[in-house]
Amino acid sequence: MNILTRLTIAATLAVTALGASDASATDITFYYPIAVGGPITKVVDDYVAEFSKTHPDITVKPVYTGSYQDSIVKAMTAAKAGNAPDVAVLLSTDMFTLIDDELIEPYDAIAKSESDQAWIKSFYPAFMENSQADGHTWGIPFQRSTIVQYWNKDAFKAAGLDPEKPPANWDEMVAFGKKLTKRDASGAVTQWGLEIPSSGFPYWLFQALTTQNGAILANQDGTKVAYNDPKVVEALQFFADLSQKHEVMPKGVIDWGTTPKDFFEGKTAMMWTTTGNLTNVRSNAKFAFGVAALPSKVRGGSPTGGGNIYIFKSGDKARQAAALEFARFLSTPERAADWGIATGYVATRPDAWQTDAMKKYVSGFASAAVARDQLKEAVAELSTHDNQRVTKALNDALQAVLTGVKPAKPALDEAQAEATRILARYQP
Amino acid sequence: MPERRRPQLNVHVQGWLLALPAVVLLAAFTHVPAVATVIDSFFSTPHGRRPAAFVGLDQYRTMMADPIFRLALKNNLLYALITVPVSIGLALAMALWVKGSIQGRTALRLAFFTPTILPMVAAANIWLFFYTPDYGLLNQVLRALGFSSVNWLGSPATALPALMALTIWKEAGFFMVFFLAALQQVSPVLYEAARMENASGWLVFRRITWPLVMPTTLFVAINALINAFRVVDQVIAMTGGGPNNATTLLLYYVFQVAFNFWDSAYAAALSTVLLLVLAIVAFLQFFLLDRKIHYR
Amino acid sequence: MLNRLGEFASTVIAWLFGLIWALPLLYAIWAAVHPSAFATRFDLLAPLTLQNFGRAWAAAPFARYFLNTALLVLGVMAAQFVICTLAAFGLARWKFFGSGVLFALILVQLMVTPDVLIMENYRTLQKLGLIDTLTGVGLPYVASAFGIFLLRQSFKSIPKELDDAARMEGASTLQTIRRVYLPLARPVYVAYGLVSVSYHWNNFLWPLIVTNSVETRPLTVGLQVFASVDQGIDWSVICAAALMTSAPLMIAFLLFQRAFIQSFLRAGIR
Repeated sequence: MNILTRLTIAATLAVTALGASDASATDITFYYPIAVGGPITKVVDDYVAEFSKTHPDITVKPVYTGSYQDSIVKAMTAAKAGNAPDVAVLLSTDMFTLIDDELIEPYDAIAKSESDQAWIKSFYPAFMENSQADGHTWGIPFQRSTIVQYWNKDAFKAAGLDPEKPPANWDEMVAFGKKLTKRDASGAVTQWGLEIPSSGFPYWLFQALTTQNGAILANQDGTKVAYNDPKVVEALQFFADLSQKHEVMPKGVIDWGTTPKDFFEGKTAMMWTTTGNLTNVRSNAKFAFGVAALPSKVRGGSPTGGGNIYIFKSGDKARQAAALEFARFLSTPERAADWGIATGYVATRPDAWQTDAMKKYVSGFASAAVARDQLKEAVAELSTHDNQRVTKALNDALQAVLTGVKPAKPALDEAQAEATRILARYQP
Repeated sequence: MPERRRPQLNVHVQGWLLALPAVVLLAAFTHVPAVATVIDSFFSTPHGRRPAAFVGLDQYRTMMADPIFRLALKNNLLYALITVPVSIGLALAMALWVKGSIQGRTALRLAFFTPTILPMVAAANIWLFFYTPDYGLLNQVLRALGFSSVNWLGSPATALPALMALTIWKEAGFFMVFFLAALQQVSPVLYEAARMENASGWLVFRRITWPLVMPTTLFVAINALINAFRVVDQVIAMTGGGPNNATTLLLYYVFQVAFNFWDSAYAAALSTVLLLVLAIVAFLQFFLLDRKIHYR
Repeated sequence: MLNRLGEFASTVIAWLFGLIWALPLLYAIWAAVHPSAFATRFDLLAPLTLQNFGRAWAAAPFARYFLNTALLVLGVMAAQFVICTLAAFGLARWKFFGSGVLFALILVQLMVTPDVLIMENYRTLQKLGLIDTLTGVGLPYVASAFGIFLLRQSFKSIPKELDDAARMEGASTLQTIRRVYLPLARPVYVAYGLVSVSYHWNNFLWPLIVTNSVETRPLTVGLQVFASVDQGIDWSVICAAALMTSAPLMIAFLLFQRAFIQSFLRAGIR
């Protein structure tokens, strides 16, 4: 028993020592999801190190929490256990959920000085659409994006297309796609024309299609959705037709995570993905590639996407002040520029694009400005109360249609009914 | 008189004292929460300042009308119906191969058993690569054979079978061990006699081996059945329940409702169904396996 | 002749299955030890590299995850040994008031493991203030029905005379357990220890819910957080990470294959 007892005591001690990091007044925890491998987590660690140099009285503990989906689960479980992070980068669309559970503090309640007020106003208005509700500002844009199209210039050349001219509208996209889809002798496809991913959060990419078709999916208050609007049905029909009728895209659900790899491997000649992948593509594509705004139908456009910085309620003024200080630090023009260059996300404020580093970057790599220029046509990302459930209804419908299980109209009618049921609670 | 009673009392007190830590912990993490889950399922989920209210069978009514729940239940039954017999059949075959004097049996045993040691999350990530459309190994093999590439995890028809294959790959080797043990108990005299009679391999299997490993088969089947209703790791790691809920299983749906939607009351109702299923399995076990032999 | 042919066919099929069973792992190893560009191309002359392991190691705090998992599995095992031994002894040797019902209630946990009741157990931990601690990850598993059952079984097979002899010498209950029962049941402890360690090394859902920070995250959760990227997957690195997290158990298994299988057997026969 002796050894066992000792082991148990040792284990318990070790566990206690590890579990309890005593929180003095200026220790703050920072959750962030970023998802490319090594260098990017290191960038964040460097920011934190730099911050602690200039703010010796505040200690920031950065916690990498995986994908966006993992991160919101982590933040919510921690918060409900009374152990919320002080600052977190989470999807801008999680705003209503966080408000409804009274987990976050509006910036206007803590950032009251004149310079704070000016700071809140310094970001692109398109990004603020997903950051404000009920007259409050709940999130500050950090890693924000739009969807852009990437194309393989070598493949375009091989297919007899102009390598400098990406598809400008849906018809061209289909026509180009047909030329780019290559089959071997047995009829098996060796190169697809296009991939629009549909795993995880298909609604986001689909929202680009609905936007281009002139539909708006949800109201500003996040209390109503228009999933079965005829324009939305039409957009979904087109999405499904790409693989089922035109056969320029793989059938079934296309995995978000492997789409860039497919592009690098030459399995697809065009792909739609976040501008946040730009640096990834730039360093891994072994061929000449181009980046452009998405093609248009009745109009151009893309939803914005990506993460905002939220400040959680902690009831501790000093910690909230420290959190605000850190949020401000992360969103200075210089850092916004630096983050944009490191990842490909859109630097979140106009003055970031006037910094020397950014000017130099854009002059050598014009693609970097594509996503920013697309902001003019961007719309707010689909975001409602009980967001996870309401978007899941749409996601399920999309996947059902893309996999050929249901036709577009009834699938979207069902999704609309489900969303209406869930949102009934939030009607004024 | 007191002399006689004291040790008696001692045994009762001591017995309970010894069991006390285990009793407290088991009650705290198994019995109390099981009962609380059932009770919670008759209430509504508290929201913000609104407390939970008694709603009777409302959650169950929602559940009956919930197509995702019905699909999850169907998927889970299908999952159990296929993975349990296939794993058992393969496990028995593996045990028979490895037990005999087959060439390179150590290597075979290693190949069969190693998947058991891997964490499911690690195995799932490896298989994710295995299943990748176009250039994943499975599709490369298909293409070499002249078939076209299949989007295994991206089509509702193949996603669930793809998860089942992973489960069978991981479980069969584990169950093999139980059959190995059972086969070692079979008296060699029986086989000797069979050989004298010049009985065919199939006859030997049907008349001697199969009846003798029957108790093991039942035991393994019960365990496999319990596991089939607790599957969740590979769903989280590989598909997130998609496409269009084709791979949503009961425990995964509980997880999603509880920790993504934060609808605790509905999650409680779903958990109650899961508890019910496990209770049925327990009931089966009670009747199929003789408690006297196995638990006394 | 026919039998020979049958035997040959059986051997071929066995080998085919063996190959299929080994393939996913071999494939992962191939991807992990070659540069990413070769992950999907089979070229015997592809250069070997350990870079993928290096990149995975540098990209996430795997060292910390290893430490967490090690502390977790050892802590759980130690606590299980103590708690299950005590309960098993009482149940094996004495017929005390309510012991039959108690044992039946304990066996319920064989079916209803703590991960089935995630929502309620999460709340319980919340009330205890144990969310995001290793103690919280391990606590629900410490009183293990399986452990109690297994130890009770083996304690029952120990001759009562040995127990009586120790008592005659004036040993208390705890001393008797230590002097008589522990040494005799040692192989069972080894078996149970191995099963417990591999179970908790691989456990995923519960730690996924309970842990939030790097300081408590075990390997399985760390691997999932690492592999679930929103921005594009590098299979070589993920395979390297997956292999790395399984490596200690795998190596131990390769070294002590016989003992492992024996232990699983012992633990499995009820």
